[in-house]
Amino acid sequence: MAILSKDESQAILKKVLSFSTADECEATLSGSNGGNVRSARNAISTSGAVDNVSLGVEARFGKRSGVATCNEFDDATLRRCVQRAEEIARLAPESPEYMPLLGPQTYVAAPKSFAAATAGITPDFRATQIGKTMKICDEKKVTSAAFLNDEAGFVAKRNNKGLEAYQQYSNVEFSITVRTPDGTGSGYATADFIDAAAFDAGKLTLTAAEKAANSRNAKAIEPGKYTVILEPAALVANSDASLMAALMGALDARNADEGRSFLSKKGGGNRKGEKLFDERVTIYSDPANAEIASLTFAGDGRPQKKMTWIEKGVVKNLYTSQFWAKKAGIPDIPRPGGWIMEGGTQSVQDMIKGTAKGILVTRLWYIRPVDPQTLLYTGLTRDGTFYIENGKIKHPVKNFRFNESPIIMLNNLEAIGKPVRVNGNLVPPLKIRDFTFTSLSDAV
Amino acid sequence: MKRRDFVGLTGLASGALFIPNIPGFGNGVEVDPLRLLEAVDPAIKKRLADAALNAAKSAGATYTDVRIGRYLNQGVFTREKQVQGISSTESYGAGVRVIADGTWGFAATNIVTEAGLAKAAQLAVQIAKANAKVQKAQVQLAPQKGYGEVSWKAPIQQNAFEVPIKDKVDLLLAVNAKALEQGASFVNSVLFQVNEQKYFASTDGSYIDQDIHRIYPSFGVTAIDRASGKFRTRQALSSPMGMGYEYLTPKAADKIAGPSGSDIVGYKNSYDMLEDVVSATKQVKQKLTAKSVTPGKYDLVLDPHHLGLTIHESVGHPTELDRVLGYEANYAGTSFATLEWKAKNIPYGSKLVNIVADKLQPNSLGAVGYDDEGVKTKEWNLITEGKLVDYQKIRDQAHIVGQKESDGCCYSQSWQDVQFQRMPNVSLKPGTTKLSVDELVSKVDKGIYIAGNGSFSIDQQRYNFQFGGQVFYAIEKGKITGMLEDVAYQANTQEFWNSCSAICDQSDYRLFGAFNDGKGQPGQSSAVSHGSATTRFNGVNVINTARKIG
Repeated sequence: MAILSKDESQAILKKVLSFSTADECEATLSGSNGGNVRSARNAISTSGAVDNVSLGVEARFGKRSGVATCNEFDDATLRRCVQRAEEIARLAPESPEYMPLLGPQTYVAAPKSFAAATAGITPDFRATQIGKTMKICDEKKVTSAAFLNDEAGFVAKRNNKGLEAYQQYSNVEFSITVRTPDGTGSGYATADFIDAAAFDAGKLTLTAAEKAANSRNAKAIEPGKYTVILEPAALVANSDASLMAALMGALDARNADEGRSFLSKKGGGNRKGEKLFDERVTIYSDPANAEIASLTFAGDGRPQKKMTWIEKGVVKNLYTSQFWAKKAGIPDIPRPGGWIMEGGTQSVQDMIKGTAKGILVTRLWYIRPVDPQTLLYTGLTRDGTFYIENGKIKHPVKNFRFNESPIIMLNNLEAIGKPVRVNGNLVPPLKIRDFTFTSLSDAV
Repeated sequence: MKRRDFVGLTGLASGALFIPNIPGFGNGVEVDPLRLLEAVDPAIKKRLADAALNAAKSAGATYTDVRIGRYLNQGVFTREKQVQGISSTESYGAGVRVIADGTWGFAATNIVTEAGLAKAAQLAVQIAKANAKVQKAQVQLAPQKGYGEVSWKAPIQQNAFEVPIKDKVDLLLAVNAKALEQGASFVNSVLFQVNEQKYFASTDGSYIDQDIHRIYPSFGVTAIDRASGKFRTRQALSSPMGMGYEYLTPKAADKIAGPSGSDIVGYKNSYDMLEDVVSATKQVKQKLTAKSVTPGKYDLVLDPHHLGLTIHESVGHPTELDRVLGYEANYAGTSFATLEWKAKNIPYGSKLVNIVADKLQPNSLGAVGYDDEGVKTKEWNLITEGKLVDYQKIRDQAHIVGQKESDGCCYSQSWQDVQFQRMPNVSLKPGTTKLSVDELVSKVDKGIYIAGNGSFSIDQQRYNFQFGGQVFYAIEKGKITGMLEDVAYQANTQEFWNSCSAICDQSDYRLFGAFNDGKGQPGQSSAVSHGSATTRFNGVNVINTARKIG
């Protein structure tokens, strides 16, 4: 039931709209099948499966809006759902930021954001993959904790102004932390895909195990400013805040215009059009990119198009709500799904070879904002931090706490490597000079 | 793309009503607010639960528990003179957890019928059996007696869902008006209300019906100096509480003044939102011109609304047994406080440090009658006179540390997530000798008083942490001398707790709350309180967080 076809879902949505008496009505039907398995201490700890489909109906009378939802689709339930949305709308206060529902939209041709192999994942598949990691770690006499999560689903929208949208998607993500039995070494690897056919838990387990073995008995070196190579998983996290996500999350036009963003200009206005980063920094989004194909429409139905955010260090576009775009008279651009930072061809290994002195960082952790004025963040290195000398990894080093801003970081750029997919984005490893470590951590 | 991400961004679930995406809040479906006053008859839930218990047994499970949950949330969101959104959501479904072939399996469904639950039970057994093929050790569950058919209700005075939405909107808009009158550039205010109607049944013979309430009013005031481009914020000094709407009726007896010269008021079991926003607006304007701190060692005087988060991160999390054992190694992390470390009897803190865990404290976020695996809740010691004496553990962990029972701290954020070990309330006991905040400050030669919680970050084994705050005051020669800015302190957990040199008495004790504590994969949110009185820590490293960007 969970993954309905375009025709099946639009037939339900048409029926929903036919029951509405509101000035405006929009319905969204979404559903997914998914499951997960988690291991720790080389054994499965928890696992589960969730199957969920739901319909949301928004009804509007003038500037009043009401939303109701249901998860059964017989005529009586659909009718009740529409009626409830309409009742709530009649009671709601008028929204001063009301914007009419969108009419017909043109979306870019649906990219391959869905893979049948991911939708077909079974409990046996998950157990087999996680079993593979446990076997490798048993043989290597190391301890692993891993997580495999998969989801496949669809989103369909339709409103009485003529908007119609439908897309399927899938995602499988895996991460593993391997620790040595003496507790002095820890290594991490992660990857995510649209198509489960591309997924190999064994390969990632070997990477994490190698990092764990190599990070044993780390030496303490003084905190301070260092040249660092930040691997992609250190720049974007699967389920935590990160330096690059913080930067992309700060490209909001309204906050900038209101004076409460690093993009606010002294005296008023925003800094769009200014060169704020190294000229090698170019970041764009593209829902049709084959590796990170994402939804071609935003939650409110606006098209997601290829969009440049930062080009050669210059802030080119800011995203905005429809209301703010109209009020401020600026381009109406929704927040993107995934994004792509342009890079070069160098691998992390190539970047190490070109480094006289520096620190290789596998992962950054517990990243939290310190000062929104400068986008200063703090956090720590984790699961594989190494000292580089004369193009080679010399020895593991104890973890550091950093206090750094992605704005300063992207001005201190030394080199950009080849982008890889992390959490639905394409992220290159970055070599940064004068990255600020403020204290040491005993954590392994 | 994950469905949750889309739901968080979608116009229908949130955007059309301009509701911020709050982790762990509002995952349900939008409903008529009146529906939030309804409850499902326990007799119906018992019949549904029995369908799952029987189906799992037939499929080969040796243990089964069923959680049928209605998770009701309401959020009211405003900025300046307008309502941004009002959201009333219901999430209703059931999760079935089984042991089959000695291995856990879990499945959830939102089809709450006998057939729906039976199907979920069968899928849970199928998952357990698939996992068992690669599993080496069998689950060992601490024995638990069945309680029969029992119930527990949070002792609230006024169900927040019974209060008309208009009253809530009026309160928040009045808060915003106060801020704007006082010269704030922007103000946002919110009110979150939660009701968990949870039914638990297990093959141990328990059928437990519980009704749990939480409330969280909050605001953020922003001041901007357009000429310099500088902006600062001050968040509310409220706490999320395990209370009803009575929390929003201020009582003079619940107000506790900070040290003389600080202009800080703390709140116990009721909150004066209108009073706090006036203080906040005054303070946020002062923050724009406050002196930037000189880095160095300071004696810190931490108010309970700040210290609660430090307790949470540096004691609450490291004493979770699942972290200690490595179950969270891939995400939330492990702990320095390993079984081997505990055996060495190294001081966690000074002899003044007594930390207790509980799921009982009145008005706390953690208070319930029974946890999510049917264990009656209790209070127990974690740190006594500076020594670690115990951990937080659930049924399948007790045997690992040679104990025979769970501590009753198993929790799941919803019917569709599997339950696991979560932090109970973890609180610092107040001092036993009479000591006021002014008396405590009077003994500080060079220090900083910190109120409210700000930036927070700690490593994955809970050694190194960095905390900010909302408002900072310099203390010189026993007196508050003025406001400071750009303050954060960095410390090592053991050094920090060993530097604890004075704790105010019971009259200053109050609860801080963490409304959205994240843990697990897939991530789950839980709410937990931390009680303390104002406390002094000597010689802590303070850094200056000001930076310049181009």
